[in-house]
Amino acid sequence: MSRPRVAFFSFGSCEGCQLQVLSVEEVLPELLGAVEIVNFREAMDDRRDDYEIAFVEGSLIRPEDIAEIQRIRARARILVAIGACACLGGVNAMRNRRPVTELAKAVYGGRQDGVFAALPDASPLSAVVQVNYEIRGCPIDQTEFLAAVRSLLAGTVPAVPPHAVCVECTLRGTPCLLERGLPCLGSVARAGCNAPCPAYGAPCEACRGFHDAPNFEALGEAFFRHGLTRSQAGEKLQLFNNYREVREAWEKAVPSSSGT
Amino acid sequence: MGEGRAVVVRHLTRIEGHGNIVVDLEGERILRCDLEIVESPRFFEVLLQGRPYDEAPRISCRICGICSVAHATASVQAVEAALGIAPGPRLRLLRRLNMAGEWLQSHVLHVGFLVAPDAFGVASIVPMVASHPDVVGRALRLKRLANDICETVSGRHVMPISYHAGWMGHWPDRAALEALAGRLEAARADVDGLVDLFAGLTWPVVERRVPHVAAVEEGGAYPMMGGPLRTTAGAVVAPEAYATVLREFVVDHSSAKHVTEAGGETIRVGALARWALAPERLHRRATDAAARLGLRPDSANPFDYVAAQVVETVQAHQEAAHLVGLLLEDPAPEEPAAPTRPRGGRGVGIVEAPRGTLVHDYTIGADGRITAANCVIPTSQNLAAIEGDMRAFVPSLVAKPDAEIAHGLEMLVRAYDPCVSCSVH
Repeated sequence: MSRPRVAFFSFGSCEGCQLQVLSVEEVLPELLGAVEIVNFREAMDDRRDDYEIAFVEGSLIRPEDIAEIQRIRARARILVAIGACACLGGVNAMRNRRPVTELAKAVYGGRQDGVFAALPDASPLSAVVQVNYEIRGCPIDQTEFLAAVRSLLAGTVPAVPPHAVCVECTLRGTPCLLERGLPCLGSVARAGCNAPCPAYGAPCEACRGFHDAPNFEALGEAFFRHGLTRSQAGEKLQLFNNYREVREAWEKAVPSSSGT
Repeated sequence: MGEGRAVVVRHLTRIEGHGNIVVDLEGERILRCDLEIVESPRFFEVLLQGRPYDEAPRISCRICGICSVAHATASVQAVEAALGIAPGPRLRLLRRLNMAGEWLQSHVLHVGFLVAPDAFGVASIVPMVASHPDVVGRALRLKRLANDICETVSGRHVMPISYHAGWMGHWPDRAALEALAGRLEAARADVDGLVDLFAGLTWPVVERRVPHVAAVEEGGAYPMMGGPLRTTAGAVVAPEAYATVLREFVVDHSSAKHVTEAGGETIRVGALARWALAPERLHRRATDAAARLGLRPDSANPFDYVAAQVVETVQAHQEAAHLVGLLLEDPAPEEPAAPTRPRGGRGVGIVEAPRGTLVHDYTIGADGRITAANCVIPTSQNLAAIEGDMRAFVPSLVAKPDAEIAHGLEMLVRAYDPCVSCSVH
């Protein structure tokens, strides 16, 4: 039986999600036996374009990224977006409300030509091409990645948890951070990560986007009740969920005061 | 007049991020010899502006998946410098343990996964799973151990969670530390095996002497957690004055800035530079490894980055075991340290990331928000040196076919272990 041919690509990102893939140490030999990796620049020289499944990390940022993702889409039977940058825009989209000229001035002395060119918005892959599946998170969770690979190999649809991160904190026994006055987004954030951030002393920042029925009015109320402001909820949501279509979901309910 | 010839490698492999090698030759004359950096600008320095300082380690660690612990550490140290927070002694031990874990992870990934295929004449580690299961298995076990160290300290290696100015959001308990101690002890044979593997390999020689730079901390510890910048030319510079040794500027062919000394001289940072500046601070096991690898302290050959990283793999393993032992003497969480300058100001945080000196420079306003940020990345600091070394290496390759020139230059660039997406940020 021929093994499915798989490729990995990256756009604007830290490449940490590909590193998560390389860090599935115990099962890496098994994984390499189950699929044929034909393109994975971070780890290997081989570069073939006859892939069936493309895992793509990163946001579309450079003007040439548009044609490149379209080329990958045309070749792949299944396109899987991996990580917050590819699925949501992630931290890259924090800058989307600022003009690129201002960014270029701050970082490159105003250069916007050649290698310095950037699109007005950093965007998720779905802004330009059809994405078949998403593996969310910053970074992606290895267990979830492997489960997705298994279901793709079996021809089934990778499962996505429909509930809030709060459920996972409860199951883990992590005391509520919001009740301690910390600006936690767990009540609107999609689960599946097993809530490591609250357990390690940092509020959930919704790097996996939102669950199936987020209530942003209630989030604003809860922030207010615990001594925070509604705009602090909006400000937190800018961290990973600032791409315009993602932002539309929350900005009326919890407007943020800061300029980003 | 010689014939025109172009050697181009588009999207170098087995490195992090997107870079191209572009060499134009006319006979033996080098017309152009560039390492083009074509990575996406993400504007992190602007992203940090306006954000509350507590978010800084978690935002800035997203600059880089491979060295996210180094970014979180430099970031939290910059915040502490700005606010006048002195982290407690055991917090510093815990942070150093996490850095040792990251060095181990990063160096093993580079030498064991990205460089090792060159030594065996294959295109990646994939065929080695069948041909050299022992080599692959050892690298996988060491990488797992490194990941588990970071997971124990900060929740995960890629994007550490628990960093706050003056405190840690999670403190590993006795059982977790004891488990690490046992695993570290059991890994000795794997570390020794890695040294043996690389002791048997030979690399090209490109001798080119440029100043080597590292942040060498006060006290006797091997350079890791930051301190005054020292150069092999004898300069010593306080962290806040880093720009006199690390001057950033924009060049046409790279979305990563280049860095030279203020006088314009190219520099090198990273494992080879640390080894040059503080060989006497290594543990005996690491010094023995250097001897077995034939690594000289005055090496000016960039291919020796690989051997220096193997030496530091031994050092990181040794340090991690030692630090876990110290933390086990009193594993209770330490009290948070409070700001003495709550109205903020400027603060510079420096660490030695796996690839070299990493600077985060923040200004924090009285409202607790960041008003200005600058990050100087190790790979940026090496880019000018890499191009200089490429120029020095090309004449010895020029009689060979294009593919061999390309392969030689790729190996040279890879020896530096560049982290390209990080360098652009």
